[in-house]
Amino acid sequence: MIGETMITMSHVEKWYGAFQALHDINIDVHKGERIVLCGPSGSGKSTLIRCINHLETYEKGEIRVGGILLGNQAKAIDAIRREVGMVFQQFNLFPHLTVLQNCMLAPMRALGVARAEAEDRARTLLARVKISEQAEKYPVQLSGGQQQRVAIARALCMRPKVMLFDEPTSALDPDGQGSAGYDDQPCRGRHDDDLRDP
Amino acid sequence: MGSEEFIFLLIGLKWTVLLSAVGFVCGCLAGLAVALARTSGMPWLERLTSAYIAVFQGTPLLMQLFVTYYGLALIGFKLDAWEAVAIGLTLHASAYLGEIWRGAIEAVPRGQTEAAKALSLKYVSRMKDIILPQALRISLPATIGFLVQLIKGTSLASIVGFTELTRAGNIISNQIFQPLTVFGIVGILYFLMCCPLTILGARLERRFNAAHAR
Repeated sequence: MIGETMITMSHVEKWYGAFQALHDINIDVHKGERIVLCGPSGSGKSTLIRCINHLETYEKGEIRVGGILLGNQAKAIDAIRREVGMVFQQFNLFPHLTVLQNCMLAPMRALGVARAEAEDRARTLLARVKISEQAEKYPVQLSGGQQQRVAIARALCMRPKVMLFDEPTSALDPDGQGSAGYDDQPCRGRHDDDLRDP
Repeated sequence: MGSEEFIFLLIGLKWTVLLSAVGFVCGCLAGLAVALARTSGMPWLERLTSAYIAVFQGTPLLMQLFVTYYGLALIGFKLDAWEAVAIGLTLHASAYLGEIWRGAIEAVPRGQTEAAKALSLKYVSRMKDIILPQALRISLPATIGFLVQLIKGTSLASIVGFTELTRAGNIISNQIFQPLTVFGIVGILYFLMCCPLTILGARLERRFNAAHAR
């Protein structure tokens, strides 16, 4: 079911020094939509989605997320980042925290959620990605596929309106891509996300 | 060497321990500030801190203590020898620790900061919960190593007339003409101070690595 517009990019351009990475990008993403960006290496897919949560800046054009204009103002960036979850190619789990702590940290610190509720939320989402039994383990003790599932659960714990996936299975071997349990079920029908899979 | 002389050495030891402790604790707090300033992303602050670090790393500790004691007195701050030395050691430690921790902060993979930002964690939480715990673990050997240096560096406090362990040893040795015995004992006392630290450091490293064990 396609709903309101979540992300708008109009005439967005980005340069790395003299090299132009994004040329006149225009795209609307609506609630409930899933979009996959395909393309060869170096074509700017990662750059594009990293602009959405301000991990990259852009020089021309306009990006709006949930109606908020994304510029350099800290307030807008913070508000947008709260609504946008991201799963990284390299997972980027916090190695000094357990799986459960990884998932609990951001809701407690950024959303002010109480510890008990954060733990509840974390356990629910870990169960949804079918990795509950690893809750007390450290990331280094998990396989790639398991780490990726934790990364997904961690992002979902913030209840984002938008989920960004940056080549989420490219760091896994071909068998591993299956073991990431990579289906979109956890996100469907719950938070009205739209998912973007490069 | 009799018990009176030995007690005199122990009093010197007491001052050495106190100075080292103050120098380290205050140096850690100041060093953290220096490291954070150095990695703040604000060019003027980074350059200022760089200069500060260069000054304290590029000059002898002996000279720094000298200048702190006599320099501060010259501009009107009459401090005890012990206060001046504590300040001098703190500044010295803050520069070295600041640089060690700056390197460690930069050694934490960029993906960690990005993941923290993507989870909308603000600067304080990013540093406190994600970056600094990892940076401090990375820097542990170098930090402990510097602390050991600091303990030995307190021996330079004698230049401002402060009677810490080395000076006490000097005084006794000049009185009883047994330099080998006296400085042998002084050396052992220094070793007994530094050794627990290295053991503590190894223990901490093992505990942190437990989180990384498979």
